[in-house]
Parts: sequence; C-alpha cells; structure tokens
Amino acid sequence: MKLVYFAWVRERIGVAQEDVTPPEGVATVRDLLEWLKSRGDEYAEALKFPEAIRVAINQEHVRHDEPIAGAREIGLFPPMTGG
Amino acid sequence: MGQPATIRIQAEPFDTAAEIEALSAGRHDVGAVVTFSGLCRDEAGTLAALEIEHYPGMAEAEITRIADEATARWPVSAMTVVHRYGRIEAGEPIVLVVTAAEHRQAAFEAAAFMMDFLKSRAPFWKKEHRRDGSSGEWVDAKESDEAALERWR
Repeated sequence: MKLVYFAWVRERIGVAQEDVTPPEGVATVRDLLEWLKSRGDEYAEALKFPEAIRVAINQEHVRHDEPIAGAREIGLFPPMTGG
Repeated sequence: MGQPATIRIQAEPFDTAAEIEALSAGRHDVGAVVTFSGLCRDEAGTLAALEIEHYPGMAEAEITRIADEATARWPVSAMTVVHRYGRIEAGEPIVLVVTAAEHRQAAFEAAAFMMDFLKSRAPFWKKEHRRDGSSGEWVDAKESDEAALERWR
C-alpha cells in the first residue's frame, strides 16, 4: 500500500510518500502507526504521539480502530489547519 | 442532496466580486448571498507569509463531502468554495466561501458551517514564514476550532 505524509509528519519522516507491505497482524490504523514507529528513529520521532496523528484511507478520514485491509492509499498527517 | 457546489483548490489569487457575480448571474430565485473571505494575517507584523500545504485529491473530495452535507441541511441555491495553497503573503486571501439562497438564514448558516468544517476537516496545513527571516513553525490546530464543530451536531 502507498503511504503519503503531510506537513510535520512528512518533514520528520523525511519522505513525502512510500510503498510499504506491513507484516501479518498489522490490522488497524493503530497497528500500522505502531509498526511504522519501529522502522527507524525518524518514524519514532514523527509518530511519538500516535493519538495526535490524523489518518485518511483512500482519501477519507478514518479513526484509529479502522481496519487497513484493502487500503490503496493511507495518508498520515497532523491536525488540519485549513480555512 | 442539495445543489452541487463549485469547489476549486488553486495557487492563484481569486476575485471575490467575480465569484459572487458568477454565482448569482442570470438567476432570479436568489434572495441572499453570503461571502466569507479568510485572509493571511501578519500577526502584529511578525509574519511575512504562510506556506499552505494540501493533500491533492483529498482536499477536493473532503470539501465536496462538507458541501454536500451543508446543501442537504439548508436550502442553498448555489455555493462556491475556493481554497488556495502555496505561499500566501500577509494581506492576501486564502479561502473564499460564497453561499446563495432564497433567504438569508440558510446562506449565513451554510457559510458558517462550511468554514467550521474547512478549518479542522479539510486537509490543509499552514507553515509560517517569519518577517525576521527565521524558519517558522507549523501552525497548531486550535482546540476552539474542534469545539466549533459541536454546535452543528
């Protein structure tokens, strides 16, 4: 699946997007955030407070208990400051 | 489902008067047009500009979802939303919401609803460019913006 990052999540991780294949057992958004944190210091830093991270699956907002099975694109970003 | 909205995400500035005119031109059923323009403040002279990042594709999709809800809740005749991205100098416009309706209450409320949801649901993020040249911070989301959504529940 494709992961896309925005704002300070993108800056701290150091890339704007990447393709990943999470291991078996990574079932929900919450699981995905925990797994990503284990991938390196920059991920651990960006996702230090996972409850602060907003998530979209296929460009629609979801909660952290949402299953990720079948997701084509998952966006991770800080709380939005539009308008 | 109400009338479809016109939604544009663009780097270029917009012409507020032209957008109002376009929304009501040739119609005789519109009795009220409400406009909200959001501008880039200079924060007491300390801010030179904002850099606005967005999630291409999702920004349009999310604003469409918000507009669909607004036009389902209020009898809105037409709506235009323009949100800019990229570098925006202090004093320049960032966002425009224009709502047209037969009567003013629907136009006022639909515009307020759109802005409340644009603030904390539309995928845009603001980064500061300081006047003193120092690298600015990402603007933090305000709890008051999240609380503002409560009144529409």
